[in-house]
Amino acid sequence: MKPLLHVENLQIKAGNTPLVDGISFSISAGEVFALVGESGSGKSLTSLAIMRLLADGLDITDGDVRLGNDSLFALTEVQMNAVRGRRIAMVFQEPQSSLNPVHTIGRQIGEVLALHRGKALREDIVALLEEVGIPDANARINWYPHQLSGGQKQRVMIAMALACEPELLIADEPTTALDVTIQKQILELLNELRRSRDLAVLLITHDMGVVAEMADRIAVMRHGHILEQAERSEFFVRPEHEYSRQLIHSLPQPDDYLTETEHAPLLEVTDVKVWFPEKRGVLQRVVGHTKAVDGISLKIGRGETLALVGESGSGKSTVGRAILRLEDTESGSIYFDGTRVDSLSRRAFAPYRKRIQVIFQDPFSSMNPRMTVREIIEEGMLSLGLGGSSESRLQRIETLLKRVGLDASHLHRYPHEFSGGQRQRIAIARAIAVEPELIICDEPTSALDVSIRGQVLSLLQELQQEMGLSYLFITHDLSIIPHLAHRVAVMRNGKLVEQGNTHSLMSDPQHEYTQHLLAAVPRIPEHA
Amino acid sequence: MLAYIVRRLLYAVPILIGVNLLTFALFFVVNTPDQMARVQLGDRYVSEVAIQEWKVQRGYDKPLLFNTAHEGPAAVTETIFFEKSLSLFALDFGKSDAGRNIAADIEQRMWPSLAVALPTFAIGIAVNIAFALFVVMFRASLFDTGAMILCVALMSISGVFYVIAGQFFFAKEWNLVPVSGYLSGVDAWRFLLLPVIIGVISGIGGGTRLYRTLFLEEANKDYVRTARAKGVSELTVLFRHILPNGMIPILTSVVVVIPSLFMGSLLVESFFGIPGLGSYTLEAIQAQDFAIVRSMVFLGSVLYIIGLLLTDISYTLVDPRVRLS
Amino acid sequence: MEVFDVRVHLLWSDILIFILVASLLCFVVSVLKNPLARGRWAKVFESRIGAASFMVILFYVLIALTDSLHFQKRLEATAESTDVHYAPEMTSVLDLILAPMLDRDEKTYSAPFAIYSFAKENIESDDGTVVREFPRLEHGGSHITMEEQHVADIVVKSLTAIGWTLVPILIVLFIHHWYIRKEDSRLPWPVIYFTFAAIVVVSSWALQMSQYYHVLGTDKVGQDVLYGAIKAIRTGVLIGTLATLVTLPLAVLLGISAGYFRGWVDDVVQYIYTTLNSIPGILLIAASVLLINVYIETNPEQFKLLSDRADFRFIALCFILGMTSWTGLCRLLRAETLKVSQLEYVQAAHAFGVSRWRVIMRHILPNTTHIILIALVLDFSAFVLAEAVLSYIGVGVDSSMKSWGNMINEARSELAREPVVWWSVIAAFILMFTLVLAANLFSDRVRDVFDPRMSGSGDNS
Repeated sequence: MKPLLHVENLQIKAGNTPLVDGISFSISAGEVFALVGESGSGKSLTSLAIMRLLADGLDITDGDVRLGNDSLFALTEVQMNAVRGRRIAMVFQEPQSSLNPVHTIGRQIGEVLALHRGKALREDIVALLEEVGIPDANARINWYPHQLSGGQKQRVMIAMALACEPELLIADEPTTALDVTIQKQILELLNELRRSRDLAVLLITHDMGVVAEMADRIAVMRHGHILEQAERSEFFVRPEHEYSRQLIHSLPQPDDYLTETEHAPLLEVTDVKVWFPEKRGVLQRVVGHTKAVDGISLKIGRGETLALVGESGSGKSTVGRAILRLEDTESGSIYFDGTRVDSLSRRAFAPYRKRIQVIFQDPFSSMNPRMTVREIIEEGMLSLGLGGSSESRLQRIETLLKRVGLDASHLHRYPHEFSGGQRQRIAIARAIAVEPELIICDEPTSALDVSIRGQVLSLLQELQQEMGLSYLFITHDLSIIPHLAHRVAVMRNGKLVEQGNTHSLMSDPQHEYTQHLLAAVPRIPEHA
Repeated sequence: MLAYIVRRLLYAVPILIGVNLLTFALFFVVNTPDQMARVQLGDRYVSEVAIQEWKVQRGYDKPLLFNTAHEGPAAVTETIFFEKSLSLFALDFGKSDAGRNIAADIEQRMWPSLAVALPTFAIGIAVNIAFALFVVMFRASLFDTGAMILCVALMSISGVFYVIAGQFFFAKEWNLVPVSGYLSGVDAWRFLLLPVIIGVISGIGGGTRLYRTLFLEEANKDYVRTARAKGVSELTVLFRHILPNGMIPILTSVVVVIPSLFMGSLLVESFFGIPGLGSYTLEAIQAQDFAIVRSMVFLGSVLYIIGLLLTDISYTLVDPRVRLS
Repeated sequence: MEVFDVRVHLLWSDILIFILVASLLCFVVSVLKNPLARGRWAKVFESRIGAASFMVILFYVLIALTDSLHFQKRLEATAESTDVHYAPEMTSVLDLILAPMLDRDEKTYSAPFAIYSFAKENIESDDGTVVREFPRLEHGGSHITMEEQHVADIVVKSLTAIGWTLVPILIVLFIHHWYIRKEDSRLPWPVIYFTFAAIVVVSSWALQMSQYYHVLGTDKVGQDVLYGAIKAIRTGVLIGTLATLVTLPLAVLLGISAGYFRGWVDDVVQYIYTTLNSIPGILLIAASVLLINVYIETNPEQFKLLSDRADFRFIALCFILGMTSWTGLCRLLRAETLKVSQLEYVQAAHAFGVSRWRVIMRHILPNTTHIILIALVLDFSAFVLAEAVLSYIGVGVDSSMKSWGNMINEARSELAREPVVWWSVIAAFILMFTLVLAANLFSDRVRDVFDPRMSGSGDNS
């Protein structure tokens, strides 16, 4: 069969640096072709190059893209505009920003129709919205994007892409910005549409779970090259390239649970509430509260890891911030090592700062760009009066750096000189520098590429065994929990829906929401 | 919405009180009426009697805050603070130090100010937006760079030079329009032409550059990429997607000055001899007539605060995402 | 030696400007220590416009600094007393450099390079008859005997002046290019060389020509216009820097505390700047300056020298300008601090129990410096421009002080004359435009490098 899209020897350069270096692949009608890779692999650039939408300063220096019989790079801009939206359509990663905020969604879908069909009938738009599962489409046609949820916006994007029945749909990380339950719905929608319309899909993603769920054929990209291409069945059973194997093994091993042990109690959180006031009216009286955390009770023992799981907006990060006293509690109590700490004054709480530490999500904003690695790690030690003389502090920082897998020569470098994974190691070194007993890990691996994620997680586990650390591990990613956490607590809308030991909760979830959440996690086929 | 407006109006009260106290402190506490009288009467060795007479004539002879000579409410009302400062809240501007009725002057002179400022403002925005769009159309090209350097150069010229050059060439050398002066009614256009043109030209550099930045910021957003992926042509992207979004910050940033247009421009009005509030203020400054300066300060603040309120309201009109609460 | 018969008399503004220069040098040293900041700044200077505009600014600042070293000359001892007296007027180091332009006053206006006066006078000719004629100037072109030589003389003298300057410059640049310059430097050396040569050639030419002519003519009282315009540089540069210096502590202190502490601190700061903002700036400045005038007039005993009085008024003006213009930077800093204090490194510092003061000094201030910097350079040019308008309105610097605003102010009547006296307004225009343009271009460059929003299309992945 003649392929629908054929990319041949595509090369993209920024100045003289090749970002995509001679890649070739083809996609047939009705096929989902996944281009998988981590950040910086050039997968998104490839998709933009096919659409000829590369940003200024990026040039296609070699290669050809053929759609059917047409060479896309040979078309004039006007001819290309007839291809965009009409024959190839695109869905982007960020539904929040990808829709024009000042136009109604109806008008935005109508724009494609008017452009390529000459007319935009209201009933066509409504039909499209209904097809992608927007409830009450007849009324919502006049809504603005900000009135819709993230998942609904992505549905509108899909409706817009499919409006003129394109031959090829390019989906660039279509679910990365969405919660796992919404991700499942969108993936199901895409699968359904692809079947009903016999659509070819170029799926760009970093998520092996999504690939396993969706793709017919897979190409793995790294540093601008395609390392291997294979059918799905073949790929997950016999990955050829070492890197592909690494990517596949970054996915959860479903039965790899931690062994349950007894833990002496360390932290006890009872019925804690964190409310943010809502003000209204002429005098800005407090008329109500946003209940970010609404009565949470948790316990963490010494050397234990409790995973706090929830989707965005569930209030899980606020719990961590409340324990750190970065947020005031409305009511409830927090006991640390037998002492009630939530009512202590700023000064009286100071000794506990040494014992409770934190690691944040974003390795790029968690370090002051104007301080050296030494200053960053030293800051806590200085503030809490640890480490003795300057000489002994320096020695300790060097030891710490080596322990987290960095080099002592990195001491005088600045954060921007390090990669995301290295920065997260520095953040870990900073936290353990004051010898804490409990570390709040707030999504420490979600900004990292999957191949690095595993390394950081094992470092955390090694440190737990060496130092007897306890972790409150806040995450939205259920896949990393089994071999990480002793116990799991699931949060939704500021409340705990279920908590228990990891094995029993994951294999036999009681609450409907937990079941829902677990079912939404994409999995690799059984035979892998 | 209504609650919001009421609340904003209530917010305005402390600000106006602040302005009032500040001007009171500046004009009566830092410098006493005695000192003002000395400067006004010109002679350094002026007699004490003359000073007293000057003060009595203008009502500056009363105590500042509390009048011990009176009892009851009169102890508070028979003071400079009450008569000269608090009365401003009732828009009672009183008499100038030269004895003119300030309120009547303002009423008469705000129209010529508006006649210059409003067209300058409206045409200026239209021209700047048009230029900025044009530059954005050719963004990241040599034309763009050249246009921006030209804009910076235009910005670097003092407004005074624009006026001087304009008057010199248009009026003096080429005799196209009168140098200065003003007529009431429709005939005013001949006198308004040059100040408006000068006002627009002197704002082009800064305006075009600022609006270009705002449009470019929009041009780099994701929804523009979405529009291109739909097959929308570059020109349509510019006018249908970038322009309406870029207009939000532009509109809301210019709305704040609309009420202040009544105040006119000191520079333009005095150069062109337009009898507006700007030249009125300037004359007062040069004659050291503190009563007028005080009134204009207060009036300016009131107009600015109205402008702030209009800004907030204009947001709800142009941006569907914003609802007042 | 005559030169040492002087008494150093620094004005308050002189002292302030040298303090400012010293603190700027401290800032430069701190930048050089941090490789990240050094890299950013290198980018500013690696651009052709950045390097050229910075050199122009530097040249202006140097002139202003040499003009800020004031002293009084000792007067000749008189017969009656042996006391040492000093001249009441101030002389600056710059005046020594500009000596060819000094003490060569004509009677009234004369055009650039003119040898005749601008106004007719009654001249008694040799035979005793009185004719109304344009008299020859006393100093301008006095060496010329025949009128036909005039143009040729200007050309020849100009070429010699330029030639004699170019030769040593080329030698210096040649040596630098081949022997001193480091290979790895990415600075745009051709542009730097060219700017340097242009500045030196133009100033040397003007200085040499001034020995024979009035390069930019003379003003109403016959003073050299070029001299006045150059003296006005100090006023312009100082008003730009000193007023900016006043805005800085207020804006930084209030802006950062409002953004960091939030709550009632924020409310108070917002109230203060909305109140100040609501008063039309020019009115507030005018009112304050009027009050200063009243103060000076009622307290004459505090200002013995005319220049002390002008200087007091000048500093007061800078202070007032600063006090009325800090709100913009304050608002920007508040917004940026709100953003920065939400960042995880600040949260991490809080989790370590780092004190609030230290968080501000170590984390927030260093990460908002780019905002301060951009605002400072922009404010500088705004203040230079504002001086012209304020002087025109009559609330600017003292009329005894040389300033571009005062020159423009006089230009109104000059342009109404027939024929037009155009040279002093052109002189003010050229010098002012060059400074403001250089400052604006430089701030543009700084903004491109430091403002993340300005860095174009951003990263692509």
